[in-house]
Amino acid sequence: MSAEHIIELNGVHKWYGDFHVLKDINITVQKGERIVICGPSGSGKSTTIRCINHLEEHQQGQIIVDGTELTGDLKHIEQIRKEVGMVFQHFNLFPHLTILENLTLAPIWVKNVAKAEAEAIAMKYLERVKIPEQADKYPGQLSGGQQQRVAIARSLCMNPKVMLFDEPTSALDPEMISEVLDVMVELAEDGMTMICVTHEMGFAKKVANRVIFMDEGEIVEENEPNEFFNNPQNERTQLFLSQIIQH
Amino acid sequence: MPVNHKKSPSLPPPASEVGIVVWVKKNLFSTYANGVMSLAAIVLILLLLPPLLDWAFFSATWSGSNRADCNEDGACWIFIANRIDQVFYGFYPAELHWRPNLAGLLLIGLTIPLFIKSFHYKNWLGAFILIIYPFIAYFLIHGGSFGLEVVSTTKWGGLMLTLILSAVGIVASLPLGILLALGRRSKMPMFKSVCVVYIEFWRGIPLITVLFMASVMLPLFFPEGSDFDKLLRALIGITLFQSAYMAEVVRGGLQAIPKGQYEASEALGLNYPKSMGLIILPQALKLVIPGIVNTFIALFKDTTLVLIIGLFDLLAIINLALTDSEWLGFDDEGYVFAAFVFWVFCFAMSRYSIALEAKLHTGHKR
Ligand SMILES: Nc1ncnc2c1ncn2[C@@H]1O[C@H](COP(=O)(O)OP(=O)(O)OP(=O)(O)O)[C@@H](O)[C@H]1O
Ligand SMILES: [Mg+2]
Repeated sequence: MSAEHIIELNGVHKWYGDFHVLKDINITVQKGERIVICGPSGSGKSTTIRCINHLEEHQQGQIIVDGTELTGDLKHIEQIRKEVGMVFQHFNLFPHLTILENLTLAPIWVKNVAKAEAEAIAMKYLERVKIPEQADKYPGQLSGGQQQRVAIARSLCMNPKVMLFDEPTSALDPEMISEVLDVMVELAEDGMTMICVTHEMGFAKKVANRVIFMDEGEIVEENEPNEFFNNPQNERTQLFLSQIIQH
Repeated sequence: MPVNHKKSPSLPPPASEVGIVVWVKKNLFSTYANGVMSLAAIVLILLLLPPLLDWAFFSATWSGSNRADCNEDGACWIFIANRIDQVFYGFYPAELHWRPNLAGLLLIGLTIPLFIKSFHYKNWLGAFILIIYPFIAYFLIHGGSFGLEVVSTTKWGGLMLTLILSAVGIVASLPLGILLALGRRSKMPMFKSVCVVYIEFWRGIPLITVLFMASVMLPLFFPEGSDFDKLLRALIGITLFQSAYMAEVVRGGLQAIPKGQYEASEALGLNYPKSMGLIILPQALKLVIPGIVNTFIALFKDTTLVLIIGLFDLLAIINLALTDSEWLGFDDEGYVFAAFVFWVFCFAMSRYSIALEAKLHTGHKR
């Protein structure tokens, strides 16, 4: 175990009842690395990354985030959630709060940051995702792409060491996908450690250090993007790639 | 060939879209069936409203001192006016009426700033009203300290008692209901079963039984001679009963909140109380404002049942007045007046709930 490993999954298994969703998942992520996870629907991609911040509980194996092992211990879970930000497919902004309040809520209530300071930080990140002028609106008044950028900014306000993305663009209209991907590319260029579940292969080629392909709860193939796309080894990977490239 | 497209100017709506005649045509007589129903409604209104208005206002007697002054054709409001003190305060001593009055005025005075936009300490004031004010009101109305003469709760009555019963019931049953709703959704099996049993028990019995048990059975469990205030017993009964209903209303709201909201707040590191208090409950409660107010209104009217355990709320006072040998036969006036007072309060609650919903609407679609 090296200190450079910010995330480690060692032999992680998970079951839903009798259904074996995750089978012996091993992933190590170095600081600053960008990992893309892809695979067919139902293959366990979401479940895998949701185990990392304990939205789902794994039943076997070890998950270590920045030196803290995830057990049932609430202290550890809280600790890890402070360091891991997550962006969801459906944004999950808080509809009863303004954009600014969405961004300042966690810093104020989880990290005890003073309100004025939290607002300054929030505005900084809103500028970074290029929508500072929307600060006083409610989520329901924003387009999908804008909402997703707010969601990214909301996670960044907690100053996480790792960002998890679960299909951040798949609920968006085509013309809004690039505005979100642009923000993610910038984030990657700034050195953020990222794990993205996505089928945006252009994004994967551009920023990923490694691509992980999952199928039926297993990691089938793992490679750096060029090799992965041009020279897939496993036939399941080949089939999957041929299917998504046809579209 | 390029087409040079000019922006179209906004035009006023066509004349046929505005005006009273158009409105009537469009809304009341748009179809044959609609027309028939509109006509029927108009006939019904014309048939019922004039005699009612005549009885209640135009031919009614408003001043005088005894039944000889009453006009035969209309309502005789002297009957109510003569007893207005009892209607408002029950048997509370007349020279001490300033005490409940002061408590009432204080409450109104404290509530006004809550509606002023630029007032910044709403949370503190709200907490003061909910936590400190009840004690002030109790000391004022009940007395017993600061040199105030004690007025025992058996003398409380009328509208004052109705308002006290419903205000305490409302203020206490909402938080209790929220806790029960959260408990019923909890993952801890023991806690959950306690809440389920509680809710199903209280929902399964009529309020009248609850009050009856509170007044007749409860004393059996206490040592002889110990006097457990009757009003307090009624208050506890009403609160426990209504909190079960409230719990189910709130649970409905909790269930309507998408899972993503829970997950997002968890992922941001909010613990259970914070995520409930800041994210889930504000949305859930807003969603069920109509249901909550519905329960409040039901509670307000249910307080009339305390008459069976010998408390004299507004309705009981009216009932009592009707048995006065000097004023026999004024049932219409008595009950219409009681109904009117109840309706005013219920309607106010209903309007307030609509205003609140509009105010809290933040443009998100559901
Ligand atoms: N709460 C649950 N209970 C039972 N089964 C579940 C639950 N959540 C997910 N599953 C199942 O686990 C499997 C993996 O789900 P997961 O959401 O991780 O897939 P995914 O790879 O993210 O798919 P998608 O691309 O559709 O998002 C699926 O077969 C799904 O039906
Ligand atoms: Mg998924």
